[in-house]
Amino acid sequence: MILNHKVTKREIIAERPAGFQKNWQVSDEPLPIPVLRTEQLAIGYRLSRREERVVAPGLDVQMEAGEMVCLLGPNGAGKSTLMRTLAGLQPALSGEVWLDETRLQDLSAAELARRLSIVLTERVDVGNLSAFGLVSLGRHPYTNWSGGLSDADKAAVESALDAVGAMPLAHRPMLELSDGERQKVLIARALAQEPKLILLDEPTAFLDLPRRVEMMGMLRTLARETGRAILLSTHDLDLALRSADRLWLLGGNGLLHAGAPEDLVLSGAFERAFASERVNFDAFSGSFRIERPASGILHLYGEGLSRRWTERALEREGYCVDSERAGIPAAEIVIDPDAPLWWLRRNGDEESYPTIGALLRGLRTEKA
Amino acid sequence: MNRTHRQTLLLTALIVVLIAVFLLSLSLGSVSIPVEQIVTILFGGTPEKTSWATIVLKFRLPKAITAALAGAALSASGLQMQTLFRNPLADPFVLGISSGASLGVALVVLVAGVAGGSALLAGVSLVGDVSLAVASIIGSTLVLLLVMAVARRVQSTMTLLILGLMFGYATSALVSVLLYFSIAERIQAYISWTFGSFSGVTWSQLQVFGPVVVAALIFSHLLVKPLNALLLGETYARSMGLNVRLARLGVIATSASLAGVVTAFCGPIGFLGIAVPHLCRSLFHTSDHRLLMPAVVVLGGILAVAADLLAQLPGSQLMLPLNAVTALLGAPVVTWVILRQRNLRESFAG
Repeated sequence: MILNHKVTKREIIAERPAGFQKNWQVSDEPLPIPVLRTEQLAIGYRLSRREERVVAPGLDVQMEAGEMVCLLGPNGAGKSTLMRTLAGLQPALSGEVWLDETRLQDLSAAELARRLSIVLTERVDVGNLSAFGLVSLGRHPYTNWSGGLSDADKAAVESALDAVGAMPLAHRPMLELSDGERQKVLIARALAQEPKLILLDEPTAFLDLPRRVEMMGMLRTLARETGRAILLSTHDLDLALRSADRLWLLGGNGLLHAGAPEDLVLSGAFERAFASERVNFDAFSGSFRIERPASGILHLYGEGLSRRWTERALEREGYCVDSERAGIPAAEIVIDPDAPLWWLRRNGDEESYPTIGALLRGLRTEKA
Repeated sequence: MNRTHRQTLLLTALIVVLIAVFLLSLSLGSVSIPVEQIVTILFGGTPEKTSWATIVLKFRLPKAITAALAGAALSASGLQMQTLFRNPLADPFVLGISSGASLGVALVVLVAGVAGGSALLAGVSLVGDVSLAVASIIGSTLVLLLVMAVARRVQSTMTLLILGLMFGYATSALVSVLLYFSIAERIQAYISWTFGSFSGVTWSQLQVFGPVVVAALIFSHLLVKPLNALLLGETYARSMGLNVRLARLGVIATSASLAGVVTAFCGPIGFLGIAVPHLCRSLFHTSDHRLLMPAVVVLGGILAVAADLLAQLPGSQLMLPLNAVTALLGAPVVTWVILRQRNLRESFAG
């Protein structure tokens, strides 16, 4: 295998259909070397000298500067194992991990710390440490024997706090911070290490939904503005689909699919990685829904936001809302936009409900 | 910055208190000697009564120095253990160092009958007996070597903690068997060793004790950066470029030497090692070992000298067991400090 093989644009263009080449500026400028690259990487655990448990064999992936990649996969697929292997916390079973142009195992611990930093899921209990103090621990690879901060170190700590918007928290003790604030400070610590690559293990795990959206947005901005590569594992499929530059899908079978989120949805890789008997992936809305036996067909009359949410409620209840309004419905529902009021017509009866909740209860009782 | 300014001031104040307590312990005792006379004696002058010079130089000074060094050593050791194990209940003896020492001493006192056994059976003065120090050093060194050998192999620090605990149980079981088959006088002699005392250390023993403790304390200060990195746990420490295995060996060797040498010369002195680090975290509102390490050394010295002072009940001929004093006075203080904090787990590592 050729190592350090630089891919040029010319080579890429050569693979395109002939028609493409005409409008294309051909240059010899090499593409940037990926920040992270794996070659036939096998991850897993060595149980004994002879025996090993392979979680995923033959992984070939790469990440470029300024890119945010989300690592997705069902529980037990090996997300954490992959993260730990890439971080050098666990040896690879075979194959290689390259950081820039150096092999991971050729880097000393200190050199590695200057290229790669991590944010773990586990809670850190460092009550008396201020946010500034915690972030300054990230300067460990750069400071002298006593760990004292130079002016340059202090500047790096402050710019890291600033980048995550945690400057106002700098002198607050960690035990006073909320989960979201702690997470920001921990990310600032990883930034203060000034790495080229940051690995985050489920950074959104303990956050509420608005905080999750904010966190993903922030990480994406960080990747873009600081030119660092960010890899994070998450269970937030929906959020990952919306915010990641690329996804790495690690299926339960040890296969990894990498690509833009949309490509993976279209190719069906996304659905294959996650769907099960009870859960279906809806490629139109880009979300998963719980499969229930159909309770029947309904006709829905109404518009706007209330129609959208009524539809969702009915789908959850197992009804199929027939948008064509063809066929014979089990019932008809009319949304009165002024009241607001929901009318349910069934078997010649007509009844009104003040809320969607009441409507659903009505549907259930009449059925029984 | 305002905060660091306050912390420096506090540390300076503690050093002043240490000097004051030190002079006070030279001055008070069964015979009270005025402090200005103490200063005269220390600077080589002639005091009002010549016997005072003998009392101070021969008895009180080596004892005060021993107390200050022992307190500093146990506190520094306790701080390192608490950080390494990320456990607020860890103390210098979690790795079984004192268990090893006590087994060594128990074997000498209870079984061997030893050469010079009559001196041992004399009871009170026996704490300083050389054979006890030797037995104790052998005991704690063996445990230290065992722990180091294990520490080089095992991945998890928690395994070490459990091994230390198990070792403690095993040795105390052996000691109780020895006690059960021993005669009353020897049991008395063993028990009085477990009370702990600073008064058994002579000038000649101090020539061993002093340099070992000072060297290990200096080494402790060289470990502040790895200790700070370990605050976030071993995985983070590794990711920041720390050689965790090496750092762990360094911390264990240093803190076990400190605990071992103190136990050898002064007996198993409890409480200081667990309490002083907590007191310092609360006083200084920090987890930064660059500040905590000198702080525990000074505060540990203060408390040990003060405890020794109180144990002699100045003005009387009575003497209380040292361990009883450290715990009786210390437990309420620490309880108060901890309860003032929101909760132990949070106030700990921070």
